[in-house]
Amino acid sequence: MTAEATVAPALHVEALEKSFKELRVLRGVDFDVERGTVFALLGANGAGKTTVVRILSTLVKADAGTATVAGFDLSTDPAHVREAISLTGQFAAVDEILTGRENLVLMARLRHQKDADRIADGLLSRFQLTDAARRRVSTYSGGMRRRLDIAMSLIGSPPVIFLDEPTTGLDPQSRLEVWRSITELAHQGTTVLLTTQYLDEAEQLADRIAILHEGRIIANGTLAELKLLLPPATVEYVEKQPTLEDVFLAIIGTNTGEQR
Amino acid sequence: MTRRFLGDTALLTGRSLRHISRSPDTIITTTLMPVAFLLLFVYVLGGSIDTGSDSYVTYLLPGILVITIASSISYTAFRLFMDLKSGIFERFQSMPIARSSVLWAHVLTSVVASAISITVVVLVALLMGFRSGAGVMAWLAVAGILVLLTLALTWLAVIAGLSAKSVDGASAFSYPLILLPFISSAFVLTATMPGPVRAFAENQPVTPIVNALRALLTQQPVHADIWVALAWCVGILGFAYVLAMATYHRKVT
Repeated sequence: MTAEATVAPALHVEALEKSFKELRVLRGVDFDVERGTVFALLGANGAGKTTVVRILSTLVKADAGTATVAGFDLSTDPAHVREAISLTGQFAAVDEILTGRENLVLMARLRHQKDADRIADGLLSRFQLTDAARRRVSTYSGGMRRRLDIAMSLIGSPPVIFLDEPTTGLDPQSRLEVWRSITELAHQGTTVLLTTQYLDEAEQLADRIAILHEGRIIANGTLAELKLLLPPATVEYVEKQPTLEDVFLAIIGTNTGEQR
Repeated sequence: MTRRFLGDTALLTGRSLRHISRSPDTIITTTLMPVAFLLLFVYVLGGSIDTGSDSYVTYLLPGILVITIASSISYTAFRLFMDLKSGIFERFQSMPIARSSVLWAHVLTSVVASAISITVVVLVALLMGFRSGAGVMAWLAVAGILVLLTLALTWLAVIAGLSAKSVDGASAFSYPLILLPFISSAFVLTATMPGPVRAFAENQPVTPIVNALRALLTQQPVHADIWVALAWCVGILGFAYVLAMATYHRKVT
């Protein structure tokens, strides 16, 4: 790999702005994501995470600013951007009436893959959906839908994947499964932009974490770097207040003692 | 690009046709109302309606077919709305496909669904005594007008599907379309209506469409009706297509 290629980031976002009527959602967002890394965009509900993802996946246009995805300019070359990305939105965007397998085959055909059936079967077994492959998605659990959703995003091996709050609303078990798939993706060299409101999720998965707050990135670094932003941990002595349980036990203890 | 457009449209049409084959209840619901009107008007009200024709069911059928199309396209709006709501519309839009193929797939599916419903209604009419001595050319002309009308109303449905805020809103737009045939020559002769109503009935699109279909099916001369009917269909189609595309481009950048 040449020095230049390693320098060119998978995502380059500069001074991105977006307003919806009077509401200024993004007020100048800048960040870079290195190829093959997991980047977490952390923020409260309404911080603008989804707007960033929607802009980068060519669904809405930014009011100002520039961005490149896999080296392609978002505003002048959206068709190439769409070749390079895959979007897994906030809610599992799967076809409920089709079966899981049919969903995958449809995606593979739309992405002009030669062997759609083989790809579908491979993904079904990788995401533990083989048993449910021929059932309609409307019968799937939330976790299964999400896994199918992510599996659909992997077809055609796009170099950049956007995952918008991939574990919101999932039970702990499914959440771990999704985490495992994301880690696996990163190992294969896919660049992942992940949005989340769960701090532990960012902590677990991301190489770098950016905090989006009121339309701007207010912090951006590795977990270790972000921890350094806080003053070093200090030791404090705090007087321990008795809990109701302590009080309760103390009282009945004394009473029984007196009666004896 | 054209090849990709055709390929993607074919794939996505296959997808929504599968939706129809997996929920045949939509076809049943679509045909239920027109068939009910057919039964009601032929066996309950028809006895006291004088249209000057031998068979009321034959007189009535063209108008019922217009109602069938209007009722069928409300499901097109519904299917499009559900795609938007589920997020799969956005997923398609973020993929390297010909983006407008998503809309065209819904339009083609709408034509197929409407053709199925029309076939069901015509079969019921045949059971009720509808007969036509129309030749192949006349039947082709009937089919052509029906397809054109379906396309025109489907693009109206696309506008509704793209801009609706709720499921009910997505299909509610078809109610006026279903009622429009009542104020036309579909059920009774317009000559029996009071002045202003008659003026409306004779100058709204359903009357020339129904008259042209009826003339073709009963081997009567079609006069100018067929050209007025075609003009209305093409006019509505053009208007709805432009407006639907504008709505679409406002939605997708």
